[in-house]
Amino acid sequence: MCGIVGLYLKNKALESELGALFTPMLIAMTDRGPDSAGFAIYGDEVAADWVKLTLRHPDINYDWEILAGRIKEAFAAPVEWFSNNKVAVFKVQTSAEQLEPFIAEQAPEVLVLSAGRSIEILKEVGLPADIAKTFNLPGMQGSHIIGHTRMATESAVTMEGSHPFSTGEDLCLVHNGSLSNHNRLRLELQREGIRFETENDSEVAAGYLTWRLKQGDTLGEALEHALKDLDGFFTFAIGTRNGFAVMRDPIACKPAVLAETDDYVAMASEYQALTTLPGIENAKVWEPEPATLYVWERDQ
Amino acid sequence: MKTVDLQKQSVRELNQALHDQVAECTEREWVVTDPKGAHNIACGLDQNLTVDIQGHAGYYCAGMNKKAHITVHGNVGQGVAENMMSGVVRIKGDASQAAGATAHGGLLVIEGNAGARCGISMKGVDIVVKGNVGHMSCFMGQAGNLVVCGDAGDALGDSLYEVHIYVKGSVKSLGADCVEKEMRPEHISELSELLNRAGVEEDPAAFKRYGSARQLYNFKVDNASAY
Repeated sequence: MCGIVGLYLKNKALESELGALFTPMLIAMTDRGPDSAGFAIYGDEVAADWVKLTLRHPDINYDWEILAGRIKEAFAAPVEWFSNNKVAVFKVQTSAEQLEPFIAEQAPEVLVLSAGRSIEILKEVGLPADIAKTFNLPGMQGSHIIGHTRMATESAVTMEGSHPFSTGEDLCLVHNGSLSNHNRLRLELQREGIRFETENDSEVAAGYLTWRLKQGDTLGEALEHALKDLDGFFTFAIGTRNGFAVMRDPIACKPAVLAETDDYVAMASEYQALTTLPGIENAKVWEPEPATLYVWERDQ
Repeated sequence: MKTVDLQKQSVRELNQALHDQVAECTEREWVVTDPKGAHNIACGLDQNLTVDIQGHAGYYCAGMNKKAHITVHGNVGQGVAENMMSGVVRIKGDASQAAGATAHGGLLVIEGNAGARCGISMKGVDIVVKGNVGHMSCFMGQAGNLVVCGDAGDALGDSLYEVHIYVKGSVKSLGADCVEKEMRPEHISELSELLNRAGVEEDPAAFKRYGSARQLYNFKVDNASAY
């Protein structure tokens, strides 16, 4: 069992409150996932010729300034960065393809949690309330956010095994359920050049989407293929640079509820996670249909 | 009338107060406010009470109900009225999956849509859904009636025993051993009575009836190679 939650703002005036609106949603899903929690927040977008990476080092006192200096020197490009607990967000005027191998070489112990123009992924082992506090989630701003509270079933309780999993630039996925063909699929995807950090089944779903998108699929097409190729139970919430998507498997054992008002679209494993949202009493609330893709996107 | 605010009292306290009405009934009318999707509201009742839940409820609402009349003014999560024995449960909004699962008796009315597996393994309950039902509804249904005024999803009535299924709209597909059957006068009469009890205005003649082909009841030696 796990809990998943998502909040996509239609009303830009609420962007400064995104973290504050989302924090109680994440905490409400503690019963479904007390092992670890994480979220992917979208906002504070960099220009098209810049890249934003979320990096993590196991040592909270790691000196990010040194890494920033090396990047600045090697790329002869401006670098902006800030740290938040064990995580740092780096913004560099270059591409992810150039920057990620450089970081892997210069600081092999640094893990790249996300790459893109907008996405930041933050996740840790522990109770959702503690993780929200660790990263000061209530103070965060942005356009949309998806989160996960994990009750681990098929792989270890580690930061690496926590959700969300990034699936390529500005794309990430959270998963409630379990996949039964992930080992075979992981091998096939590895042959296609997709890298995996863990034994986690959800990371395979993320890697699968990355692979389909590299094949030229739109997000919708990639998810249509996922319905055929992924065997098991799943409710997915997927974040993209300008939108978010929800999809359940055809059997639809794993719960999901959606709510929509003029101001936002919200998704959660259980309605309890939506009760603190403004205007929820009069929101349209419904259960997403099995094997049906729901997508909300804002204009670029 | 007694009002219980679930933001001030716990579900456990509410349910205990409702269960206490079995030994000595001091209050017949109950109102539950601010449920905020809590699970297990008004479960295991065994007294002729009316309970009005004002808002959305979570999982297993009104489970195992006996005698009580429970109305939810909102949506409910999975397993509403599961294993109900008697009484009436009415949902003004939508119900998630497995509504009325294994229920033995009473009446479950869902005024919105029901999700997947509505009436799974039902054993005598009457279920009336004003909207649609999801896939695998009435799976292994043994006894009772399922009335769907909207459409039914895939594999309706799979491995069905003796539930009478009435659907007004389309059926995406029938499950194994479920077939369309003739609507005879006694079925029109049975359906009229069900719609009447549920307070739903529909023309019984507009419905089709589905039931068991009774081909999966017993082991057939011809099928031995399939095992």
